[in-house]
Amino acid sequence: MNDRSRLYSVLAALVLGLVWIPGASQGVADYNPVTDERLRNPEPENWLMFRRSYDGWGYSPLDQIDTGNVAGLEPVWTVSTGMTEGHQAPPIVNDGVMYVTTPLNSVLALDAATGDTLWQYRRQMPFDIRLGHPTNRGVALYGDKAYMSTSDTNVVALDAATGEVVWETVVEDYNGGYYMTGAPLAVNGRIMVGVSGGERGIRGFVAALDSETGEEIWKSYTIPGPGEFGNDTWPGDSWQTGGAPTWVTGTYDPDLNQTYWGTGNPGPWIGDARPGDNLYTNSLVAFDVGSGEITGYHQYHWNGSWDWDEVSAPVLIDITRDGQTVPGLVHAGRNGYLWLLERRSDGIGFIDAEPYVNHNVFTRLDPETGRPEYDPERKPGLGKSATFCPSLHGGKNWPPAAYNPVTGLFYIPANDNLCTTMAGEEVEYRRGQQFVGTDIRETSLVEGADHVGELQAWNLDTGERVWMHEFGEFSNWGPILTTAGGLVFLGGTADRWFRAFDGMTGEILWQARLNSGITGVPSSFAIDGVQYIAVQSGWGVDAAGSQRRVDGLFGNPETIVPQGGVVWVFALPGQ
Amino acid sequence: MTLRDTVMVQGVMAVQCTPEATIIARATGAQVADEQDKSPLAVPRSGERRRVLRALCAVGLALPMASRAQGASGAASPPAENDQLVFAFGERAGEAIAPDDLALGTEQVFAYPMDPLTGEVRNGTRLNQIVLVHVDPAGLSEQTRARAVDGIVAYSGVCTHTGCDITDWDTSSNRFQCPCHESQFDPSDGARVVGGPAPWQLAALPLKLVDGLLAVAGEFEGRVGFMQPGLDPLGGLGR
Repeated sequence: MNDRSRLYSVLAALVLGLVWIPGASQGVADYNPVTDERLRNPEPENWLMFRRSYDGWGYSPLDQIDTGNVAGLEPVWTVSTGMTEGHQAPPIVNDGVMYVTTPLNSVLALDAATGDTLWQYRRQMPFDIRLGHPTNRGVALYGDKAYMSTSDTNVVALDAATGEVVWETVVEDYNGGYYMTGAPLAVNGRIMVGVSGGERGIRGFVAALDSETGEEIWKSYTIPGPGEFGNDTWPGDSWQTGGAPTWVTGTYDPDLNQTYWGTGNPGPWIGDARPGDNLYTNSLVAFDVGSGEITGYHQYHWNGSWDWDEVSAPVLIDITRDGQTVPGLVHAGRNGYLWLLERRSDGIGFIDAEPYVNHNVFTRLDPETGRPEYDPERKPGLGKSATFCPSLHGGKNWPPAAYNPVTGLFYIPANDNLCTTMAGEEVEYRRGQQFVGTDIRETSLVEGADHVGELQAWNLDTGERVWMHEFGEFSNWGPILTTAGGLVFLGGTADRWFRAFDGMTGEILWQARLNSGITGVPSSFAIDGVQYIAVQSGWGVDAAGSQRRVDGLFGNPETIVPQGGVVWVFALPGQ
Repeated sequence: MTLRDTVMVQGVMAVQCTPEATIIARATGAQVADEQDKSPLAVPRSGERRRVLRALCAVGLALPMASRAQGASGAASPPAENDQLVFAFGERAGEAIAPDDLALGTEQVFAYPMDPLTGEVRNGTRLNQIVLVHVDPAGLSEQTRARAVDGIVAYSGVCTHTGCDITDWDTSSNRFQCPCHESQFDPSDGARVVGGPAPWQLAALPLKLVDGLLAVAGEFEGRVGFMQPGLDPLGGLGR
């Protein structure tokens, strides 16, 4: 591109209200391209995607830091992101180069050992955008590029070595209520992305773009259109504005070549407004990576009326049942049930489910299908108020659970003892605006409750909760990292502590007080034989709102949590 | 538009096309300051730069702030004095709003300004969305009373936190509430922030009556919309 054409590009970008500004670039020498083979079998020292591996475990096989020495963990370097609001992305590391994304879609490339800045990408949002959730959950790495989905519903491909924009694709129109926050998922030359906007009358989808060109390969809607299976679960034209967003990165089974995504709530929130099951809202949906065809689904709850987005992707874990190993799909639902499902080439089977927090809506699950029956008194309707537990924020919101094959336990960042009271109201669809249709929601505590936030550890083979840590009068919005050192790391509470737990017992072995609350996904990596733990702090979005309500419920003054993103990297001294 | 000047201040390149329209392109200080053309935003020197800046102005950038003079025409122009207020949505969209259309103590109505000369509704940008509400006139602050028609007050309908629409109304406290992060604003007192994360009040729009209908008495007072950290997209324009 010559100077003149570059200038015209800038002009065009300005007209569109979009400006990209790479920072002074040192670049990356000898960048190691990310191949499908590396993504399927990531080196222990690397963290190449949202949950490190396609199975969604959030597990690092590094064990230099363990239960015996973690008490000595110390900060190695930090860097400010220059942004406020909710920092949720993991530090993603490829052979010593770290990539972090921030609210408002900046990307920092850093020397993961020293904290030296290598390049920065900054994005200017359009003036008229509605930033419902100003956050981002990370890049995908593939080939020689880093990919990010953006709040103005683009996917941008950056040269991983220099930060220069290689291509940029408009996936949807942000004026229609769409926005994007999730890390893309890279498989076989496809960059798959989900979408947000379940509160704004969108029609959800997962799209796959060509990794080299950005051209759309497929776009598979999570609400079926006329003539497609499931469209008759929507009255009239309600399918067009029915929600079913997909704002958390999916998982992937290379053997079946299927990718699994969770879908969010229907819109408007109140089921009376759209009688029917409303497929595929609040579901697990399996897509064929090649064609985008929906190959199976499991709807966790039908005709949703509680804002329980089930967007977290199921974690791929082998489960033992009746002496047999079953290829499982495990999901700690926002509806407060822990779901065990089976992945098959011809669909998804139901194994078992049970509540892991206080729950008062489901009266029974069909033993064959898992389909719940509801207590009608706990289902809000148009003009009908109902109190239901867990609250609309759910037993577990988006922060990912984790699985550790060494301890054999599944770790859930939970919030218990909260309920919501709300009633439905008629709502007019206005393109891009809030399309929820309830009165002002009230939050309450289960009678006698003394805590909200929890970290739970489950043995999936026995169905037993092995231990639980309670976070008192703080809610827990902490994504989980677990390691071969037998450790579980998370922040998530408004007191700004970042903690390491003994994965077998739940004992707190180490903690550090950071600059702000931590809702970032922690990661672990190694360089030259030194293991590091990395996380972004930076309080904001739903965690902040949730804690404000919890403070009020316990009669506490509002917890002051200063905002501002910082990347923290820890290691043992003397390494 | 004519190119009048360019200034460089602390890494901020301000392209001033007219006194009314200022485009601020924020870059990292180092990039602009050293003018090494590494960045796509780095501006070439002398004549080339002037041509680029002139082009920037000539295309108007399709931004609502590019035309701000009172009475300016265009659907994206901000509300101007004497504009009528019309319903933004619903069955009565486009109809003029009378005080009797706003019952005391009920939730806000969304409106757009309409050029009274051309009849053009200024709905070309959601930054022109206005929320109207009727509150107890006895409870108005002095400054708010000066902008109100009896107890009817008008504010920008765009939240100052992250730009969401102010669609919720808390009937128990008579406050606007943003559905995204639950910022609350007191319409009786300049829409000051009374809860949630919003950093400042909603921009206020002075009202008057023209032929018994609600009309705009002056420009927005305060900033419309939210501000991106490290970038003040509407800086200096009072919107």
